[in-house]
Amino acid sequence: MGQIKDILRTMEYGPAPESNTDVQAWLDANNQGFGHFINGKFTSIEGRDLIAVMNPANGSPLGKVVHGTTADVDAAVKAARAAFGKWSVLPGHERAKYLYAIARHIQKRERFFSVLETMDNGKPIRETRDIDIPLVARHFYHHAGWAEMVETEFEGYSPVGVCGQVIPWNFPLLMLAWKVAPALAAGNTVVLKPAELTPLTAIAFAEICHEVGLPAGVVNIVHGDGTTGAAICGHKDVDKVAFTGSTEVGRIIREQIAGSEKKLSLELGGKSPFIVFEDADIDGAIEGVVDAIWFNQGEVCCAGSRILVQEGVAERFYNKLRKRMETLRVGDPLDKTMDIGALVSPGQLKRVTSLVEKGKTEGGTLWQAPVKLPDKGNFFAPAFFTDVDPASTVCEVEIFGPVATTTTFRTPDEAIALANNTKYGLAASIWSENINLALDMAARVKAGVVWINSTNLLDAGAGFGGYRESGFGREGGREGLYEYLTADWEKRLPLAKAEQPLKLSAAPDGDAKVAQGGSIDRTAKNYVGGKQARPDGGYSYSVLGKGGQIVGHAGIGNRKDIRNAVEAATKAGGWGSATAHNRAQVLYYLGENLDARRAEFEALLVESTGVSSKAAAEEFDTALRRIFYYAAQADKYDGAVHATKSRHVTLAMNEPFGIVGIVCPDENPLLSFVSLVLPAISMGNRVVVVPSARHPLLATNLYQVLDTSDVPGGVINIITGESDVLAKTLAEHDEVDAIWYIGSKEGSAMVERASCGNLKTTWVSNGRQRDWLGGKAQGKEYLRRAVQVKNIWVPYGE
Amino acid sequence: MNTQDLSVAKGTHLAVQKAHARNTGTELKPEWFEDIAVNRSATERRAATLTTRRTVKKEYQAAWLVKAITCIDLTTLAGDDTAGRVQRLCAKAKRPVRIDILEALGLGDANITTGAVCVYPTMVGHAVKALRGTNIPVASVATGFPAGLTPLPQRLAEIKYAVGEGAKEIDIVINREQVLTQNWEALYDEIVQMREASGEAHLKAILATGDLNTLRNVYRASMVAMQAGADFIKTSTGKEDVNATLPVSLIMLRALRDFGEYSGQIVGFKPAGGMKTAKDAMNWLILMKEELGLPWLQPDLFRLGASSMLGDIERQLEHYVTGRYAASSRHALA
Repeated sequence: MGQIKDILRTMEYGPAPESNTDVQAWLDANNQGFGHFINGKFTSIEGRDLIAVMNPANGSPLGKVVHGTTADVDAAVKAARAAFGKWSVLPGHERAKYLYAIARHIQKRERFFSVLETMDNGKPIRETRDIDIPLVARHFYHHAGWAEMVETEFEGYSPVGVCGQVIPWNFPLLMLAWKVAPALAAGNTVVLKPAELTPLTAIAFAEICHEVGLPAGVVNIVHGDGTTGAAICGHKDVDKVAFTGSTEVGRIIREQIAGSEKKLSLELGGKSPFIVFEDADIDGAIEGVVDAIWFNQGEVCCAGSRILVQEGVAERFYNKLRKRMETLRVGDPLDKTMDIGALVSPGQLKRVTSLVEKGKTEGGTLWQAPVKLPDKGNFFAPAFFTDVDPASTVCEVEIFGPVATTTTFRTPDEAIALANNTKYGLAASIWSENINLALDMAARVKAGVVWINSTNLLDAGAGFGGYRESGFGREGGREGLYEYLTADWEKRLPLAKAEQPLKLSAAPDGDAKVAQGGSIDRTAKNYVGGKQARPDGGYSYSVLGKGGQIVGHAGIGNRKDIRNAVEAATKAGGWGSATAHNRAQVLYYLGENLDARRAEFEALLVESTGVSSKAAAEEFDTALRRIFYYAAQADKYDGAVHATKSRHVTLAMNEPFGIVGIVCPDENPLLSFVSLVLPAISMGNRVVVVPSARHPLLATNLYQVLDTSDVPGGVINIITGESDVLAKTLAEHDEVDAIWYIGSKEGSAMVERASCGNLKTTWVSNGRQRDWLGGKAQGKEYLRRAVQVKNIWVPYGE
Repeated sequence: MNTQDLSVAKGTHLAVQKAHARNTGTELKPEWFEDIAVNRSATERRAATLTTRRTVKKEYQAAWLVKAITCIDLTTLAGDDTAGRVQRLCAKAKRPVRIDILEALGLGDANITTGAVCVYPTMVGHAVKALRGTNIPVASVATGFPAGLTPLPQRLAEIKYAVGEGAKEIDIVINREQVLTQNWEALYDEIVQMREASGEAHLKAILATGDLNTLRNVYRASMVAMQAGADFIKTSTGKEDVNATLPVSLIMLRALRDFGEYSGQIVGFKPAGGMKTAKDAMNWLILMKEELGLPWLQPDLFRLGASSMLGDIERQLEHYVTGRYAASSRHALA
């Protein structure tokens, strides 16, 4: 045994393989292929088209899964639909018992899942064992709790129905848990498609569903590729689509299901900043980089892939980073000493390699860990670029591999400008020992998840999800559960009477009935940046009131008016950072000033819409109450502190989207305007509003009220004209962060389709009628739609 | 430095590989440490994952455990220490593992001993006598161990006494008050004088990190001790409420690395107190390898201040050799 003497000299780690005997036996027993899991049973594979599943670490086959067809998807959706009836009305406690059992069973089979996941995905066993699978169990535990409480904690909400869920290959079982646990807790049933590269843990999960006696059809798993995914998303009997994956595919899905009334949540790509200030714990930040971009081979949507370092410490930081790379271990993912395993597929390796080559061609300097890669398998040595800038391809494109870029900055302002210089907005990591600086950055960065002096912290109790083209909706925590619930009032809305869309004419109307002449003519223009602005086209149309009589004229706004309005709104960013008290004051004042003009508005309502004066008074009063309600909520609809890890404050902040486009209906033109605009601005958004085209004067008469109420210029911008024309421009505008459209079914579909450009959040009425006078046209659901939740993780302890 | 070709041939003692020059210290340079940022949560995360990212199995584990033995400062620091007790400790230091186990490991002729024995000053003479004929150095705690609050002249005299008794290494305790009140100059001056008083004997500066409370303080005290010329920085006396922990060790190693970068000098590290198991030994070896590399896996730059740890290691080694779980009654008592 001379070897021990040699090891004493070299002090190498040696191999430390995790045994895969049990998993291999399971794979061998199923080597003919796996069927779908539909209605509580595995389907037959006989005569079916199969997809081969490979081990990324050595290219050897692991098994085969059925390639799902439309008929398979149909069967799965049918099963889910059939199961929904009973499952959705089970007492929460009953559902909680199932979720608890799933959590326990996963824990009991923790190592089996870890090994299987590592073999299927290529990620190191250290990560599946210590991160993925424990988080899976945690997610089911957490949601067993929500199942128990959902009836009381979410009063007025009920399950959405059948959920179609499509998940990626980077965290196969964890993403399944993120999808299935909240769906089941809330009372939905699911049809889930795992990624075709990594379907195996989902199959083992299906076996656990069977083991715990989950009612048939509650969870259905269908295998296949993008076409199968599209069949699930597009299935007419799917009520909710949840997708995690690339922004590209997210966009396709958004477009595919536009106008379908399906609820949608998207968790997409990212190019998240990792910001290091000179007063940071530099060695701590170096380890942060390891956990940010060299975690999971960099195949992480929230990876801190853009390192921004303050110029004064940049060289030292890069030196330390180069040094740190020397001890990274890359190799057999089943070896317990590996930091980095294999990329998921040869295709992914090719993509990463070619992007890195492009980075070099464009002048970037690549620093790569000095490791010897295994001969076989999709391995890529971890690396980072220097000498790249925001215009470099590698700084812009999500590489989805273990490669970071670096850029320097001089000041906090420059740091935030660089951090936000991206179409994405998933996560950010901020390193500074100065709490003022760190929290300031956290507030200003456009990202759904912010980690201060940490990175890639995940917990079922905190929401996860993006801003901008990183998607919408949250997973985890209270905010995540809403994605699987529908407000009851919104569920059973009747279809509105289909009205002819109003075609506006700019020509004078010689035949129209006119009001008595002699009074001073009033000219309603647009309202942009706190000033009245003539419509760009120079056209106006006659506004017809009761009995078809002309009651005034309004501008026919066009694309450029929308552009100008959005520009004005962009400049009014201070509104979002003003104190909530400040906003409340302005809103109360708005109510006060509006009340002073009660007679005018009530008369205008009668004259414009033909309602009785009693009805006009009711609408006015309701509008006034609503203004007060949202003034009251301005400083009360606040966030939460989530209980995640010990010695961490995890702040869930309700942040305004930024700029919200609002398209108002014709009904109750004053009240519907107020009902939509007030919650949005109360939460700090700036709005570009398209008021009712039939009754625009109720909005245009508000200009003076807004002026006298100290509403800062640019917070409310109003463009009159043809609703759907203006809605389209708004929906397509990349600077607009969200759009609410109340109008026809076709218009709703158009808005959802047009929103694809920047994947703005949409809320459309699908041609359904809201009762604006009723209590349901006001409330927390409106506020929830007006904010996006940013989770800020602040660890503490000196 | 010559530690790469560490010889385990007969007669060459592992603990006397001291090819690198001793740390001569620097002037007091507060700018190296005063503004240091240490984030506790980030430090704890790194420390927690260090030992989950790495492991050593089978013959590698056996070799690593033997390595740990060669780095142990086998210690007795109790009020009831006697010549007899010290003698028995020294016997164990000379033969830390039953010879049949060592032979089975192929190390029968490798002269495996602990790195040193560590005792109180009045016990140094007994230890020196017991270790005569070996290369195992005797380390003595000094300077009013463990609190370090006796007057400076007495503390210095204690060092000289221990050196006079034959101690080759002096484990001094720093004055914690000077850290807690940020009196760096006083701290620096005292350690410089202690280093002088130690002469040829190597100086290990015990920071008593459990008393310093914050990781920033640990970093700063580490830096001052190294600037004052400490050959080793050491975590604890073993008498504080909290002794060696991985996060504290990590910060000391970062300070040590930064000191090397700034001054070009090399300093050793000794965690002490609370480490009782073979697993602890592995954890600290992994920490050293990951943070500083191979040179710091040798006894000239790394020591483990421990006593009961050795027994656990011996049991693990026997298990490796026989495949049966071992009983401590079958191993010689320290």
